[in-house]
Parts: sequence; structure tokens; C-alpha cells
Amino acid sequence: MLKARLIPCLDVKDGRVVKGVNFVNLVDAGDPVECAKAYDAAGADELCFLDITATHENRGTMFDVVKRTAEACFMPLTVGGGVRKLDDIRNLLLSGADKVSINSAAVSDRQFVKAAAKKFGSQCIVVAIDAKEISLGRFEIFTHGGRKETGINAVDFAREVASLGAGEILLTSMDRDGTGQGFNIALTRAIADAVKIPVIASGGVGTLDHLVEGIRDGHATAVLAASIFHFGTFKIAEAKAHMAANGIPMRLVTGA
Amino acid sequence: MKTVIIDYGSGNLHSAAKAFERAAKDFKIKADIVVSNRPEALEKAERIVLPGVGAFKDCYEGLLAIEGLREALQEQVITKGKPILGICVGMQIMATRGLEHEVTKGLGWIAGDVKPIAPSDPTLKIPHMGWNTIKPTSQHALLDGIATGDAGLHAYFVHSYHMEPTLPEDLIATSDYACEITAMVGYDNIVGTQFHPEKSQTLGLALIANFLRWRP
Repeated sequence: MLKARLIPCLDVKDGRVVKGVNFVNLVDAGDPVECAKAYDAAGADELCFLDITATHENRGTMFDVVKRTAEACFMPLTVGGGVRKLDDIRNLLLSGADKVSINSAAVSDRQFVKAAAKKFGSQCIVVAIDAKEISLGRFEIFTHGGRKETGINAVDFAREVASLGAGEILLTSMDRDGTGQGFNIALTRAIADAVKIPVIASGGVGTLDHLVEGIRDGHATAVLAASIFHFGTFKIAEAKAHMAANGIPMRLVTGA
Repeated sequence: MKTVIIDYGSGNLHSAAKAFERAAKDFKIKADIVVSNRPEALEKAERIVLPGVGAFKDCYEGLLAIEGLREALQEQVITKGKPILGICVGMQIMATRGLEHEVTKGLGWIAGDVKPIAPSDPTLKIPHMGWNTIKPTSQHALLDGIATGDAGLHAYFVHSYHMEPTLPEDLIATSDYACEITAMVGYDNIVGTQFHPEKSQTLGLALIANFLRWRP
């Protein structure tokens, strides 16, 4: 039976983890590769790096981070942030990323999704959608970290990128991101039910029950969280055990 | 002993090579892992790995685009019987035909077609993406010492198509996704996995080690 996936996400800036990761026994908590190895050993199902490097000149450091991670972790790795050109995708894949996530470039140019899927295969093209509930049951895409509204209906957009060849959707509830109040379940379910491709729920996880809700009520096939793991609030194994205890099929850490 | 991972432009092989090196190290196997697209490298190889991602047709055409590669593979695998491991689409192109988008001929080593997976539960997502357990349908050296079945180890899959072998004896393992998914196929010196051993942590490294020790 296919298991639900639990995906820790690391924000990386200029080759360093932003805010650090609060793990014991980590030699360098700011090194993304060290953090990735710790998550790998802890039984994470996949890893996600979000490159928030502001300048183009510093982006090269990410390739080195990805390369060193791929050498040490034998699990799927998704990398996103600042992906605008086919060459960006090629460079990340060549560095060792398994999937590349496209965010604003997909909003400004849908054909970029099509070209990327055609060139590299749908299996490695993730479209990251940042959406907010603007009124009851109406969901719209926002860009620039949730500050800029686009007027684009999120459900229509999800259907469109799926038909253009996206292999997966990484959906962030922008109205919940950083609040610890849980995913926007109505949004997650609206998108997950609208497309045939897998949806990763993200944004707002504060408790282990939120992870359960994302899969059970939001119909996502994977859940992504950052701070609850980085700050050591919960361990991966603990989160998976809690999800399994609530009836979600999980790849439990014992044995893996 | 040299193992050649064939680089014909299908995906990144850097991390695949690292997984093979790691498996050799962890299981104390002497292995020289080489990534190459040169037909002559296959002559010196003791074992061959055929990876692959993307669509069947693109993948197979990528292989045909390298002069002499198809002939070299045929010679080393079919005539000389060297062990070969196909991974994901690399496994699929060993079939007679691929039915993705259009009908495309494959290497024709394993009788069968590559078809869309069709779970009976319409809410299940396509691609079949993530961690699933595998169930052996026959004994195979590549699964030696690996816990399989519902309570066993997990393999990482990402695919929308799978091979349906014509001969039931060519099936080695399946996975359940509200339909039977072909997880492993093969016979004699030929074996293929639909999942990615290089991304499958414990199960993957153990299977790669078994391949490096395999004497079919």
C-alpha cells in the first residue's frame, strides 16, 4: 500500500539554513547538508530545499548544497526558489535534485510549465501554488511571499498546470503560513479534489493533528512542514507514529 | 570489477552512482562504479545499469541517438549474458513495446507492453508517487535478505506507466495501488525495477548490493 509522505522543508539562503535547525548532535546546524542527513536518518520520506537567496550571483552555492546532499542522502530531494528558466531546472537536476519546484514563473508564464515537463518529464516538475481564501470558498493565487494578489482562481490554475504536465502540486495556505493554526483545509481539499496529480499540503502546521487533517480532511497525499521539526518541537518518528495512530498509512521509522 | 551506469542523457546519474558506491562500501563489495555512454566501456564492464526517467519514447530515442550503444548493449547483455539492472523507464524500455502517447518499440528483451497504471479506486492519484511495499511473486537473488510484504521495507516509486510482462514467470515482484503494479521483472541475467533503488534508502542500498554480488 502506498504511504502518505511527510516532508521536512529547509529554507536555504546563500548556502546556509535560515534560522538553523534545533537538533542535538548536529555538528553544524546551519549547514543544509548536515540537516538533510539528520532528516534522512530520522526517517523523513522526502526532503525539500527552498532557496531564498536574494541575488543571482549567490545562487550557485545552492548547486553545491544540492550536490553534497545527493551524495549523502538516498531519498528524493525537491528544490525550489527562483526557478525561472529551463537552464535553472537543468542545473538543479544535474546537481542531484530529483524534483524542481516552480512558483512565480508558472504564474507569469504557464507555457514554462509545459516546456519544463516536456523537456525533463512530469515526474520532476512540481508547481508550487501559494493561495489564500479571499472570501468563503474563493481561493486566489498570491505571489511575492503572499503580498501580491494576482486575481487568479487557485483551483482553475491547479487544473491548468496539471494539464500542462506538472507532476505534483506543492500547495501553501498563505493565510496560514507561519501561524501554527493548521492548513486551510477547504483550500487543500478544493485543489486536491480538482486534480489527478498528487498534492503536498504546506503552510501553518503547528500540531501533529494538523498533519493528520491535511491528509484525512484535505485529501493531500503528502504534508510538508518546517518549523515544528527545525525547532525540535516534534520528531519525524513521533509525527509519523501520530499520523499512523490516526489511521493514515505511513512508512514508520522502525525498519523504514 | 567494473559496473557501468549508462549515461544516455536520461536524468542525473551523479546521485545514482553515489548510491552504488555507498552500497558497495556498506556491504564491503569491491566495485568500480563508472558512468559512461561509450559503447566500448560496456565491453570492459562486468555489470551494467540502465537508468531512465521521462517518457518511454524520449528515453528510448535518447539511447538510440548514441551511435553503437544499442548494438553494444545487445551484444553484452543478450549474447554475453552480463548482468543488467534496468531502473524505472530504463526497465520499461526493455519491453517489446511502450504504449505511452503512441506505440513505440523497445529493446524487446522482455516480452510485454508498457501501459498506463489503472487503479480501481478513482480517487487515487496518478502518478503513483511515494513509498510502497513490494510483494515477491518468485524468489530472486536481488531480494535476498530484504524484508518484503505489507510489514516489509518500502521502495520509492514515481511513475504513471508500468510493464505488463506477457510471461507470468518474468514477473518478480508487485506492489498494490488498487491494482497490481509491476515492481520488478526479469529472467536469467536481466532484471528491472519500476521503483528507484537509488532513492529507496535501506531497501534500495541492500538491493543494489545484491545486484553487485549477483551471479546469474
